[in-house]
Amino acid sequence: MLTKFGRWVTLASRGFSTTTSFQKGASEEGLKSLNLCSAINQALHIALDSDPRSYVFGEDVSFGGVFRCTNGLAEQFGKKRVFNTPLCEQGIVGFGIGLAAMGNRAIAEIQFADYIFPAFDQIVNEAAKFRYRSGNQFNCGGLTIRTPYGAVGHGGHYHSQSPEAFFCHVPGIKVVIPRSPRQAKGLLLSCIRDPNPIVFFEPKWLYRLAVEEVPEGDYMLPLSEAEIIRQGSDITLVGWGAQLSTMEQACLDAEKEGISCELIDLKTLIPWDKETVEASVKKTGRLLVSHEAPITGGFGAEISASIVERCFSRLEAPVARICGLDTPFPLVFEPFYMPTRNKIVDAIKSTVNY
Amino acid sequence: MASFLLGRSRILTHHKTLSVLAASSSSSYSSLFPPFSFSRHESTKAQAQLEFEHEDDRNQVIDFPGGKVGFTSEMKFISESVQKRIPCYRVLDDNGELVKYSSYVQVSKEMAVKMYSNMVTLQTMDNVLYEVQRQGRISFYLTSTGEEVVNIASAAALSPDDIILPQYREPGVLLWRGFPLQQFVHQCFGNTHDFGKGRQMPIHYGSNKLNYFTVSSPIATQLPQAVGAAYSLKMDGKSACAVTYCGDGSTSEGDFHAAMNFAAVMDAPVVFICRNNGWAISTPVEEQFRSDGIVVKGKAYGIWGIRVDGNDALAVYSAVHTAREIATREKRPVLIEALTYRVGHHSTSDDSTKYRPIDEIEYWKMERNSVNRFKRWVEGNGWWSDKDESELRSSVRKQLVEAIQVAEKAQKPPLEDLFNDVYDQIPSNLHEQETLLRKTIEKHPKDYPSDVPL
Repeated sequence: MLTKFGRWVTLASRGFSTTTSFQKGASEEGLKSLNLCSAINQALHIALDSDPRSYVFGEDVSFGGVFRCTNGLAEQFGKKRVFNTPLCEQGIVGFGIGLAAMGNRAIAEIQFADYIFPAFDQIVNEAAKFRYRSGNQFNCGGLTIRTPYGAVGHGGHYHSQSPEAFFCHVPGIKVVIPRSPRQAKGLLLSCIRDPNPIVFFEPKWLYRLAVEEVPEGDYMLPLSEAEIIRQGSDITLVGWGAQLSTMEQACLDAEKEGISCELIDLKTLIPWDKETVEASVKKTGRLLVSHEAPITGGFGAEISASIVERCFSRLEAPVARICGLDTPFPLVFEPFYMPTRNKIVDAIKSTVNY
Repeated sequence: MASFLLGRSRILTHHKTLSVLAASSSSSYSSLFPPFSFSRHESTKAQAQLEFEHEDDRNQVIDFPGGKVGFTSEMKFISESVQKRIPCYRVLDDNGELVKYSSYVQVSKEMAVKMYSNMVTLQTMDNVLYEVQRQGRISFYLTSTGEEVVNIASAAALSPDDIILPQYREPGVLLWRGFPLQQFVHQCFGNTHDFGKGRQMPIHYGSNKLNYFTVSSPIATQLPQAVGAAYSLKMDGKSACAVTYCGDGSTSEGDFHAAMNFAAVMDAPVVFICRNNGWAISTPVEEQFRSDGIVVKGKAYGIWGIRVDGNDALAVYSAVHTAREIATREKRPVLIEALTYRVGHHSTSDDSTKYRPIDEIEYWKMERNSVNRFKRWVEGNGWWSDKDESELRSSVRKQLVEAIQVAEKAQKPPLEDLFNDVYDQIPSNLHEQETLLRKTIEKHPKDYPSDVPL
């Protein structure tokens, strides 16, 4: 296993350390250094290879996708299983629902999470309710919607957003966000094979920046299970996706000042693993949640409220939220907007010293 | 949608070049990009030159992605619609007589009688359940009055393997496939026998066994889903198609566009049946679109289409029968526009006399009555008598009355059905919420309906 920060820090500021735990079934021998994009590509490859009823489609998917995540798939599995769709998000998701409802694994790509909104009706009113409204006569559980989300340094309004909270308000779908290549591959395979429709947000900033030793074989990571990726005793930090790397750096800074931080990767936002967060906060007595999306109505608010309900008497300070500002995602002002390392470090300190 | 990775600069430059060339009168480019100069029309010499260029243009093409496009030096805008509207295919005239020289698919006596019986059954079910709603015994109802023929005749033309993705005014398709009257009634009462476990409003039927996807209220969402279902049938090598229904109002939704376009591009074996019934709740078609109805929209998407008299059972049967053959054999979508009329109100929550003339409703109810027209043809063949009619109507009515008694007495679905099927398994948050709710019910039992088993 890699040392915790070995390769990442030298690669890029957004680099991220590997997981501390190894999943059962993954062979130590079959490890290969992969970036997040290639890990996604491997997962899709395995999904297509292991189930002839699986399909990968979306805008520009055929030639490999604008981020190259679907590179080589059409060549290997044919253009009938890996194909371009017209430029129409509601069409992509609607088509995917119909395909999934016929017993297929429909792996749809929405090119940017910023463009998922035309498909909102299909996701919220159709995919999410498909099983429930039919009394379990029909389901579209084979549907997985992959979509790149989040800041990337120069994306401005429409190539940077983190719209996960909208989808966390929708019973019937699952929302999953990986933090690293190994996580991305294992979680994506779980999502594809899970019998529920899932929106899988991919941290696009990490597509090439995050490199990690990834098992080459077929493995799955459990959904709705959070992971403590750093043990600590003074404060619990909860995040997901790309933000975890910023949070981890903040943990290191805090450590230098003698503060021991416990960092939790939520991985699945709904249905989320409250128990792991609750147990951690009961131990540390403090909670900080951080995400790139605007603070108001963000999923951090839900975590905060739930933990206050469950751990009120154990809390030694108010829950801190370090999130995006309540503005549209700005281009030039991105460094101001972002929930950066020092904003988090300051919040850790003020929470610990409350 | 834009992509920051794939810049559009190349294409923009290309366009810029085109416009510059088009605006210039440089002779070397004039045959390729004729200048917009109207002065040319002023002299016969110029006209002759123009004709020469026309000739020249015909031999030149732009080799554009998607296929070669010829040139013209004539600046001619395509008008919004043709002067003559697309004609409507029919087989039976208003008196139920076969129109001379009409081409249609033969319907046997057995089939015709079953079709007519199903129309009568549907009418009776609508009449009875509408009244039941008016008595306050069910919360809502929506009739297919006026559209019985498009319901039953389209269903009759399909194979049971064809996958139906309905809107909500097609219960006749489900009836045709054998959904029992009792099951319709159970659904409307939302009792424990409702396949949908009492979760949706009345008329949101569905049956996995009968390949009829459960109805959802949002308009047109089923259309792109039908393309996905059709694609699956094609990939599985099935000799079946997906068939999806919508109304005229649906065609304004983005999902209609998405579905047409996806179906064409994916070569999906899907038949779109649009019931153009003139009204989307209170909005008439002239406030819905400016096109010549719906059938012309198919052409723009590259889809075969036909406009059919939706009140002519033989025309609907023939068109749908042929469309499913085309879709299934040739793996391509077909659009059918059925001209019909919503004789009933939109639903029990609507009073359509507030926005449309009663004369219009009466005209369609009486003179253009679709069921009567088919009845005349069936009777004319000596396949149906007044006795058959009265026996059928009273039998169906009796079945319905009994079904209503059974459904009314049946229990509501148990409380656990509130929490299951959100996901394949109940997640921890729902377990928690169920436990909490049960405690609250114990504490305040009067706050909750007593007929839901706990």
